[in-house]
Amino acid sequence: MLELLWLVPALPFAGFLVLALFGRRLSRMGVAAVGAGSVGLSAIAAVLVDTSFLASPPAGNAWTQVLWQWVGAAGFGPQIELYLDPVSVVMSLVVSVVGFLILFYSAQFMAGDEGYNRFFCYMDLFVGSMLTLVLAGDLLLLYLGWEGVGLCSYLLIGFWYVDPANGRAARKAFIVTRIGDAAMAAGLLLLFTNLGTSEIQALMQRASQQWGAGSGFAVAAAALLLGGALGKSAQLPLQTWLPDAMAGPTPVSALIHAATMVTAGVYLIARAHVLFALAPPVQMAVAVIGAVTLLYAGFAALAQSDIKRVLAYSTISQIGYMFLALGVGAWSAAIFHLMTHAFFKSLLFLGAGVVILGLNREHNMFKMGGLRKELPGTFLTFLIAAASLSALPLVTAGFYSKDAILSSAWTSGAGSRWLWAAGLAGALLTSVYSFRMVFLTFFGELRQKPRLKPGICMVVPLATLSVLCIVGGSVQVPETLGNVRVFSDFLNVVLPPAAAHETAGTEAALQVVAGVASVLGVLVAYYLFLHRPQHVERWTATLAGARLHRLWLAGWGFDWAYDRLFVRPLVWAARANKADFIDSFSRAMAQLNVAAHAALRRTQTGHVRWYAMVIVMGGVIAIWILVL
Amino acid sequence: MVTVPVEHGLMLAGVLFALGALGVMVRRNVVFTLMCVEIMLNASGLAFVVAGWRWGQADGQVMFFFILTMAAAEVCVGLALVLQLHRRFQTLDVDAADKMRG
Repeated sequence: MLELLWLVPALPFAGFLVLALFGRRLSRMGVAAVGAGSVGLSAIAAVLVDTSFLASPPAGNAWTQVLWQWVGAAGFGPQIELYLDPVSVVMSLVVSVVGFLILFYSAQFMAGDEGYNRFFCYMDLFVGSMLTLVLAGDLLLLYLGWEGVGLCSYLLIGFWYVDPANGRAARKAFIVTRIGDAAMAAGLLLLFTNLGTSEIQALMQRASQQWGAGSGFAVAAAALLLGGALGKSAQLPLQTWLPDAMAGPTPVSALIHAATMVTAGVYLIARAHVLFALAPPVQMAVAVIGAVTLLYAGFAALAQSDIKRVLAYSTISQIGYMFLALGVGAWSAAIFHLMTHAFFKSLLFLGAGVVILGLNREHNMFKMGGLRKELPGTFLTFLIAAASLSALPLVTAGFYSKDAILSSAWTSGAGSRWLWAAGLAGALLTSVYSFRMVFLTFFGELRQKPRLKPGICMVVPLATLSVLCIVGGSVQVPETLGNVRVFSDFLNVVLPPAAAHETAGTEAALQVVAGVASVLGVLVAYYLFLHRPQHVERWTATLAGARLHRLWLAGWGFDWAYDRLFVRPLVWAARANKADFIDSFSRAMAQLNVAAHAALRRTQTGHVRWYAMVIVMGGVIAIWILVL
Repeated sequence: MVTVPVEHGLMLAGVLFALGALGVMVRRNVVFTLMCVEIMLNASGLAFVVAGWRWGQADGQVMFFFILTMAAAEVCVGLALVLQLHRRFQTLDVDAADKMRG
C-alpha cells in the first residue's frame, strides 16, 4: 500500500493538468468533478497509505519513496523523494481531506462565477503543491512545494482581478512572503554548503553531529529558516499580508489562508526541530514571537467589522499559539493544534462563506445579525467551530489542543510563566472575539434575509468538519481527564516529547484556569456585544476609545508604519533614480560614438574633387614625413 | 650633343604631375578632370622614361607602354562614366553627382 504514496500529490497535479488543458471543453459539472474528484481520490490514496502506515509501521517509523533523481551534478544530487513519517502522515491527511471538503463546497460556492474552471485549476495546483511540501523528503523539493503554494496563494487572492484592490492584495501577499522566502532560500543554501546534502533527515543528522548546541552556524541556519516560516505563517513582523489576503474567494481563505498553507511555517519548524533544538536563542525567539503575535492579533480581531478579517486575525493568533508550542519544545502539541485549527478554522470560513454568499457578498458583520433562525444548520456548525476556536472545555477539539500548548508553556524547560500568561490572555481574547462574531452575525435582530440556502455540496463539508471539530480532540486527552495519548505517542517517535516536570495537581489547576478563561470570554462577549452593546458604543465614542479602536482596526498600524518605513522610501528612491544613474555611463559611451560618427560623416561629402584633394594632401604629408 | 640633366626631366615630370593633380582638384567639368588624370599619368610616364635614360636601361620605356595601355583602358571606363553622368544629370559638373555623401 505504501507504494501508492506518489499518487497522493500526483493526482491533484493530474487534475490541474486536465483542467488547464481541457477545462474549456468541459461542462461546469465536469470541471467540478475533475477538480474536486482528483483531490478526493488523492485523499483516498492518502487514507489508504496512512492506514497501512499505522497498521504496520515500517522500520524506523519512516518510509522513503525515491521517484527519480532531480539533479545530478558533482556532489549535488537532490532527489524527487517522498518521505512518510508520523508528521507527514498527519499533514497529508489534513491537507487532502480538508482540501477535498473545501473543493466539494466550492462546487456550489463558486457556481455563479465565470472563472469556475480557473478556480478549480488553481486549487488543484495548490493542493498538489501543498502535498509536495508536506511529503517532501528533500529540502529542495520542499522549497519547490513552498514556492508552489505561494504562487497559488497569489493567483487565488487576486482571483477576482477585475477589482484593482484584489490585485494589490495579491501582490502584497506575494512580496511580503517573498521577504521570508528569500531568508529561507539563504538558509537552505547555508545548510547545503555546510552539510553537503539537501535530504532533510541526513541534514538533521549531520547538523547534530557537526554543530554543537548554540553554534553560530546552527543559530544562523535556524534563524534564516525561521524567517521563511514567519513570512508564510504570517507572524510578526511579516503578518500584514494575511488580513488583505481575504480579498480572495472564501473557500480560498478557508483552504490556503487558514487550514493549510499558512501553517506550512509550523510544519517547517517541526520538520527541522533538530536544528532548532541546536539553536536555543532562535527557539526562544520562536516562542516569544508566537506569544506576542497571538496577543497582537487577538486585540486586532476584537475591533474588526469584516467577518473575514476577524477570521484572518484569528488565524494569525492561532498560528501564534503553534509557534509558542514550537518555541517551548512541545512539537507534537503544535502539530495537534495545527490539525484541530485546520478543522475549526476552515469550518468557520465555510460557514462565513454561506452567510456572505447568502447576503450578496456582504462582509460587514454589523449588517448581518439574526441569521440564527434563517440558517439554522450553518448557525449550529458555526457555533461548534467558534466554541472549538474559543477552546470551550471538555466538548471541543480546540480545548485539548490549546490546553496541551498552555500546559507545555508552563511546564516545559524552555517555557516560562510569562509565556503561559500571554497564552492565557490570548485564550480569553480568542473567546471574546469569536463570540462577538457569533453574536453579531447570528443573534440580534434580522437585518437582511439570506437569498440562498446551503445545498448538499455545502452541507456535507460543514457537517463533516463539525464532527471533526468535536471528536478531533479525543486523540489526545491530558492525564487528568482520561489520559489518551494516541496522538503524542504517534508523533513522539519523530518529535521529542516536551519535558514535563509538574504534578498532576498543577496540571489540573492550569486546565481549570484555561477553561475558566475561555468561558469567561464568552460571557464577556455576551455582555458587551449582545446584552449591553451601548457600553461599547459609548466607550468607542470617547477620544481614547475611538483612537484605540482605530489602532486595532488597522492591525496596530503596521501597514501605516511599513508604508512610511519601507514602501515610501523605496518608491521615492525609485522615482529619484528614474533616469537610471548607473546607466548614464554606458549611455555616455554610446553618445561619444554617435558624436564621433557625426564628425567622421562630414568627410564623406560625395564630391570626387574633395576626395582627390584628400588623397593628394595625404600623399604630400606622407612624402613630407619620409623626406624630413 | 647637349644632354639634358636628369633633374630637369624629373622636375618637368613633377610640375606636370602637380598641374594635373591641381586640375583634378579644381576643375568641375568632368572632361577636364579626365584630361588632368591623363596629364598625371603621362607625368609619371615621363619620370620613368627619364629614369630609364639615366641608368641606360629599357625598363623605363617598357613601363611607359604599360602606363599607356592602362591609360587607354582608364579612358574607356572614364568616358563611359561621363556619358552616364550626362545622361543622368544633364550636366558635366562632377559636383552634381554627390548622392553618395555620408
